[in-house]
Order: sequence, then structure tokens, then C-alpha cells
Amino acid sequence: MEKLLEVNNLSISFTQYVQGLNRNESKVISDLTIDVNENEIVAILGSSGSGKSLLAHSILGILPYNSHVTGTLKFKGKTLNQEIKEELRGHEICLIPQSVNFLDPLMKVSDQAIGECENEEEYNRKKIKQREVFSKYGLNESVDDLYPFELSGGMARKVLLSTALLNDPDLLIADEPTPGLDSKSVEETIEDIKNLKEKGKGVLLITHEIDVALKTADRIAIFYSGYVIEINKAENFKNKENILHPYTNALINALPENGFKLTEGVQPLDIVEGCPYYENCPIRLEKCENTKPELIDHNGIMIRCFNFKEANDGT
Amino acid sequence: MSENPWYNKGLFSSLNLREKTLLTIALTGLVLVVIFICGTMINNIPTNFDTKMQAPSFVHIFGTDWMGRDMFFRTIKGLSLSIIIGLGASIISSIIATILAFLASSNKYLDSFVSWLIDLFASIPHILLIMMISIALGKGAFGVIMAVAFSHWVNLTRVLRAEVLQINTSEYVALSNKFGKSKFWIAKEHILPLILSQIFVGTLLVFPHAIMHESSVTFLGFGLSPHEPAIGIILSESMSYLAMGAWWLAFFPGLALLIVVLLFDIIGDNLKRLLDPREANN
Amino acid sequence: MIKINNKKLAKFIGFKAIRLLILLIVIATISFIMIQLSPIDPVRAYLGQRIVSEEQLAIIGHYWGTELSLGERVLGWLQTLATGSMGFSLIYRVPVTEVIISKFTSSLILMLSSWVISGFVGFGLGVLAGAKEGTWIDKVIKTYCYILQSSPTFWIGLVLLMFFSVYLGWFPIGLSVPIGQLSDTVTIWEWLDRLILPAITLSIVGIASITMYTRDKLINVKKSDYFLFAQARGESFWGIIKNHGIRNILLPAISIQFLSFNELFGGTILVEQVFAYPGIGQATVAAGLRSDVPLLLGIVIVSTIFVFVGNMLADIIYKYVDPRLRSVDDE
Ligand SMILES: Nc1ncnc2c1ncn2[C@@H]1O[C@H](COP(=O)(O)OP(=O)(O)OP(=O)(O)O)[C@@H](O)[C@H]1O
Ligand code: SF4
Ligand SMILES: [Mg+2]
Repeated sequence: MEKLLEVNNLSISFTQYVQGLNRNESKVISDLTIDVNENEIVAILGSSGSGKSLLAHSILGILPYNSHVTGTLKFKGKTLNQEIKEELRGHEICLIPQSVNFLDPLMKVSDQAIGECENEEEYNRKKIKQREVFSKYGLNESVDDLYPFELSGGMARKVLLSTALLNDPDLLIADEPTPGLDSKSVEETIEDIKNLKEKGKGVLLITHEIDVALKTADRIAIFYSGYVIEINKAENFKNKENILHPYTNALINALPENGFKLTEGVQPLDIVEGCPYYENCPIRLEKCENTKPELIDHNGIMIRCFNFKEANDGT
Repeated sequence: MSENPWYNKGLFSSLNLREKTLLTIALTGLVLVVIFICGTMINNIPTNFDTKMQAPSFVHIFGTDWMGRDMFFRTIKGLSLSIIIGLGASIISSIIATILAFLASSNKYLDSFVSWLIDLFASIPHILLIMMISIALGKGAFGVIMAVAFSHWVNLTRVLRAEVLQINTSEYVALSNKFGKSKFWIAKEHILPLILSQIFVGTLLVFPHAIMHESSVTFLGFGLSPHEPAIGIILSESMSYLAMGAWWLAFFPGLALLIVVLLFDIIGDNLKRLLDPREANN
Repeated sequence: MIKINNKKLAKFIGFKAIRLLILLIVIATISFIMIQLSPIDPVRAYLGQRIVSEEQLAIIGHYWGTELSLGERVLGWLQTLATGSMGFSLIYRVPVTEVIISKFTSSLILMLSSWVISGFVGFGLGVLAGAKEGTWIDKVIKTYCYILQSSPTFWIGLVLLMFFSVYLGWFPIGLSVPIGQLSDTVTIWEWLDRLILPAITLSIVGIASITMYTRDKLINVKKSDYFLFAQARGESFWGIIKNHGIRNILLPAISIQFLSFNELFGGTILVEQVFAYPGIGQATVAAGLRSDVPLLLGIVIVSTIFVFVGNMLADIIYKYVDPRLRSVDDE
């Protein structure tokens, strides 16, 4: 198994001007480390506004102008810079964007899926492929000529998915591919993504729906307040013994009453000095308030919590 | 994402954007005040037929006119006149806009009336409207000020109307209503202070248009009389001497007007950014 | 490619026509009242320098309705308008409609040519500046627009006149067709010679607003989700500008250009004055300065129609060409 994507210590912050033109820095993602292997689905589970889409955008090099990024990204062992990202995107790394707003409102969907063409011949070739992929996802010919605003929620998802798959990427980044779909379409989408994995591809699945993550992924990374606090195998979530972080525990314990969704907003508004979960943590230690735990490997599980650091240090 | 963030480049790299903006406002404001004060202190410009129609030189940097008057002094004097008229017109138009915005917010019928008025005024070319009003009021400074004022309230009214509408739906206004406060009291105590900065910026933003339209109608012969030698008058007088090649009679006064308008534009834009940072984030 | 719903369009235009009618009645009434209240004495304006007896004065006064009440005069004026006549021009001594038709046609050529030029050049510059936001090209274009927006139209005209006509002698200085003479004696070449500089002046002035608008729109598009996604799909930068940027800003830009008829007309008045171009602008100024009330009122009405048509075309473009709005039916 080769490592397809490696993200090391990625931080993303924004510079903004507020009234009176005073500058304001806000850190959205802090010290994020995660990797995706070939033939694997890794889910990133985090609440709304926690910076999941920004992670996807930073891999593709489409972050906004006022963002500031530190840390390294590697694809197939090669360190990525903007230039390489621009070469890879759309070919080896593809994105399924979060919503239909990511389609040009004034362009027919088939043309958007086909994308830019050098000449007539290339267009015709891609057009055939596009038709193939669209049919595979049950989008008949009448859909080709629709504009994005004419698509239903389910159709829109499928168009977005086909758009990404047309280029046969090695790594697929799916940004919340399921919300707004009926349960049948959700199942289908999960199947589609799993099929990709069977073909040896890697998938980074971004979601705030716990059940989708559990059903689809091999590993799940839990995102809290801009930090990854735990990366664990999906199967471990069936057994509470194997869940380490108190936040993850709280999440799983709250199932299924909370509808399998991470909705409560934990945005990293203030830059905290200590553990991001300190305020709510039932097992917090004294030092948690002012020192930040690192993400460490605890028997194959990545965890950011002093309780485990203690254990580690002890052995 | 560049190594050296964009806001740290350039001449004033040690200042942040806020300081830079404030500095710009202060400097441009100072220049305008100096022009204005100098203008009001120039009272009579000596005529001297020995030195008439001279091209720019070190003695007369803007040249002299057909009566040997120094064009630099005439220009400064003209600018200060234009500034007074522009200021008067923009202040009056802001007052009109504020009143109309409050009227619009008070009930449905008045609101549609104001919208209709806005449409009406937007449907005649500005200059024609100004010409008509200044004809109706009799030519001269009063006519021009009113004409320019009555044709420039439209945009600010639109902005203020939306703003007042939004404040009106806010909670504390609803609360005051509940306490039985009168509409006038609410408007005065709650709404006016909130939109004051917008009115101020609006006035500044109207100014460049006001001064340009003033000089335009004056140039056409509708505005001020030759006894009030604002820039428009100077330029229209210069028309008769252009064919003789006296380019300086038109070039410098117009350039000076352009610079004054530009300075006001800069102040207005910077103030706007200070109050509404959305643009600065781009 | 563009399917326009004809029935809906007809209904829309019908609706607009009624609005225009109401607007015209209001404008005609208000401007008439304004002139009536002004210090202009129509009898004096009519007579000019001629000296007449008391009786003649009374007859002329009767003709101008000086003894009628304001309300009656307004009604009379509206009745005249309803018959399709706008009265008799005092300066040109022919019916106002005739003056307007002849003057407006020559201005229309001036306005349309500069409208088209400023539209194309402005849009192009705007796309360039927006695409290269923050670079020196953008800064140059932006500065150019800022300066132009701050400079009075007539001064730009004067500068061009001084340089190209007086200094270089390439174009006539104007003033050869005296005010008050219908200019059908001019040959096409003379006339073209006289058209170029005013048209360039008007275009230069018109470019600024359309460029800034296009630039801002494109910058917004560049921040839009669909622009990001097009990048994520691996499309080239200029390809995206072409396929998604221009596609999304072209309609609004054309609409804005139609909305500029108001400024265009104002600009024409000034430019015609500077270059002595025998069009509606000169007629307006002459009518205003020499108190030719019928002509002035006629011009107010015609210019209102002109601006209205521009706004209506902008509306149509928005409502009937954009696929998102095209399929929305009127309630
Ligand atoms: N250009 C920007 N400037 C400043 N802050 C930004 C900018 N773009 C995004 N943010 C902030 O980054 C945070 C994360 O945004 P992001 O879209 O990545 O969240 P998300 O996890 O994908 O949420 P959702 O589930 O709603 O999609 C948001 O809270 C937003 O405030
Ligand atoms: S580091 Fe401390 S506060 Fe944070 S989760 Fe662990 S025990 Fe709780
Ligand atoms: Mg998101």
C-alpha cells in the first residue's frame, strides 16, 4: 500500500479587516495531520464551519487570497506546491464539491462536465465519455442540456460526482456528497464511492454525518475546533473500548438521538492556549488548560489528549 | 499565500492599512483646506494689459489671460468658489436624501411615493434636469446649488432607505415601539445616530459629482454669472481664445479641478472603507 | 440559442409603454410648470429684440396664454402634445418636431458610435484588469478610470480639441455651422471630420464606468464557487476567464451599458458644445440660453424617451436572455 496523500501539520489562517480597518487574524485549521492510502476511504468528520472544505480546497490549491497556509502536503511522495497542484488537479486529484453552487449557473451541465477542450475532436471524444458516465449514474440525455438551477438535489449530486469521475482520478476528494439526498440516493452514493476504492483509488470523504462516515470509511478523522483530535479505524467505532478521545466518546454516546449529525457549531473563534476541548472535557487535567496536546500514535490510533500522552510517557 | 503578505509591501510598509487610510484622509483633507483658504483670501487679481496672454513661465506658472490676470490665482480662486458651491449642493442633497429616507420608512404609501420619485428623477438626463432647475430658479449661485442638490439625492436616498428599513426591523426599535415611543423619537434617538456616518460619507461621495456638474452647467452658460468666476466660467471664457493657441487658459484650470475632484473621491472612498471593510478584504 | 418567449415579451413591452406614457405626462407637466414659474417671459423671448405696440403685445400675450391660469396652460400644453405637435421653435422658426428629428439623428450617430466603442473597449479593459487583479496592468487601468471619472467631460473635449485641432491641425475647430442653422448643407466628409473627435471624447469618458463595473464583476466571479471548481477541474486560467468569467459578466455589462443612456445624453450636450457639433446638445443649450421654451420642453420629452428605452432594453436583456430568469413566468 502506497501513501497517496499525506498532510503534515497543515494550518490555515485568514487575515481580515473589521470596522475601522483593524486587522484580525483567525486560524481555522491548526496543525492538521492526516493521510490517505491507495485503496482506502478516509473520512473527515467535523461540524459545520470547522474548516473541512478549506482542507479540500488547500489540497487543490484554490484557497482564497487572504488565507495563509503552513505545513506540507505530499501526493504520491511528492511535495506539493501551487504549480504541481495546478498540474494534478482535474487529472489525478478530483473534487466533488459541496454544492450545486460550484457549477457555473449559465453553462449547460454536460459542457461543464466535459470541461475545456482544445479542439472539436477532443470535445467529441469527451462528449462520448461524458454520456457514458452520465448514463451510468442514471442521468439521461435530457439532463445534458439542463442548466444547474434546473437540477433536482439528487441529480445535482450525481452530476457533480460524474464530473469528478470523468477524469478517472487516483484521489477523489468528496466534500459532503450526501446532504439533501433521500436515503436511497445516499445508499447509492455510498456504493459509488466504495466502488472507487475497489478500483484501487483513494478517497478523502468530508462529512458531518456520522453514519455516512461509519458506513463508508476505513478510517475516520475527528475534527474539533480546527484540530484533528483523533484518527481511528472505522471498525473501532463499533466498540467503545477502542475509542480514545473524550469528545469522540461523547459523540458516540449521544447516538442515535442526535440524528447522526454533527451540528453544534464549534468554531475556533479564539485562539486557545491549551487543549481545544478543555472547556467541555469531563476528564481534563490541570495542564490541559495551558499546554496543547500533540497528535500522537497510540497503538495505531492517532490521538490528541494528555491522558494518553501520560500513558505513553509511562511505558 | 505569498511569503511577504501584500499589505506589507510598498512605500509605507511600516504602517498598517488603518494607519495608511487615516494618513491618506488627513493629507488629502489638508490639501483641500489649504486650497480653499487660499482661494477665499484672494480677493482681487490685478489686471495688467502689458502682460496679457502670456504662456506659463516662472512668474506666472499658469500663464495670464487676456486682461493680464494671473491664471494661477484665478484658478485657486475659482476652485474655492467651486468647492463652496459643491459643498453647499452636497449638503443640501444629503438633507433631502435623509428626509426622504425617513419619509419612506414611515409608511407604505410614502415609501412607494419615494420610490416613484427616485424613478422619476432618474429618468431625465442629469444635466438637462440641472439646466431646467437653474432656469426655473433664475441663474446664479443659488439656482446652481439648488439644481445640483435636487439632482443628486437619488443614490444616497436609495442607500439610506435600505439602511433605515433594516434598522426599523431590528429588535430594539420594536422594543421602543412597544414602550409607546413616538416614531419621531425613535427616528431621532435610534436611527439617526446609526446612519449618521453613512450620511457623512454619502455627502462626501456626492461632492465630486456636484462639483463636476456645477462646472459643466456653468460652462454651458446656465450656472454662475461672469462675476462669480468659478472654474466652469474660466473654462468657457477660454473657449474664445483656444483657436489662438492659448492652451494654458483651459488646460490648467481644468487639471486643477480634476485634482480637487480626485482628492475628494479619495477621501470618500477611504472613509467608506474605514466604515465598511468589506472592500478592504479583497 | 437564445429562446425568447414572444408573448411574454409583448406583454412586457405593452406594460412598459403604459409606464412610459404616464412618465411622459408627469415629466411634461412638471417641466412645463417649472418653466412657467421661472423668470422667463415667453412674450419677450418670442419677440427677441423687436419693438412692438401695446396691441400687438396683447395679441402675442393671448397667443402664449399669459392671461390664463397655470392649470389651464398646463392642460393646453398637454392637449397640444396629444396631437403630436410640440409647438413652434422660437430660434429655428420651424416646428419643434422637425428640429428635434434633424438634430437628434445627427446626435444619435455621435452617441451610438461612442457607445459602441466605449462598450467594447471598456469591457475588454475591465476583463483584463479583473483577470490580472493586483498587477501593474490592473493598476494602470484602474488609475486611468479613476482619473477619467474625476475629469469633467467638457475639459477632456477641450484638451483633445487643443491638441488635435489647434496644435496638430488634424480636425476642424468647429464653430463653422452657426447655431440656428439646420445643417443639411454639410457634406459627408466634413461631417465625418467633425464626428471623430467628439465621438472619441465621449468614448473616452464612457469607458471608465463600464471598465470599473466589468472589473468588479469579474473579481467577484473569480471568488465564486464555480470559478474555484473550474480551477479544481484543471481548466486553464484564461480558459476559465473565457468560459465562465465572460459568460457570467457579459449580460450584466451589456445591461449597464444600456443604463448609461442617461450619462450619454448629458455627455453629448457638453461635447457638442465644445466641438460645435450640430446636434441635439447644441440645440438644448441654445434653447435654454435663448429661452426657446417649446424646443426645450420638446427636448426634455425626447431625452426622457431615450433614457427610458435604454433602461427598458437593459431590463429585457436581464429578464429574457438569462436562462435562470427566462423560464420564470410572470405571475
Ligand atoms: N475567505 C475567508 N476569510 C475568512 N474566513 C473564512 C474564509 N473562508 C472561510 N472562512 C472561515 O473558515 C471556516 C471554515 O469554512 P469551511 O467552509 O471550510 O467549513 P466546513 O467545515 O466545510 O463547513 P460546512 O459543513 O458548513 O461545509 C468558516 O467558519 C469561515 O468563517
Ligand atoms: S487533553 Fe485534557 S482537556 Fe483535552 S481532551 Fe485530553 S484530557 Fe480533555
Ligand atoms: Mg464545507
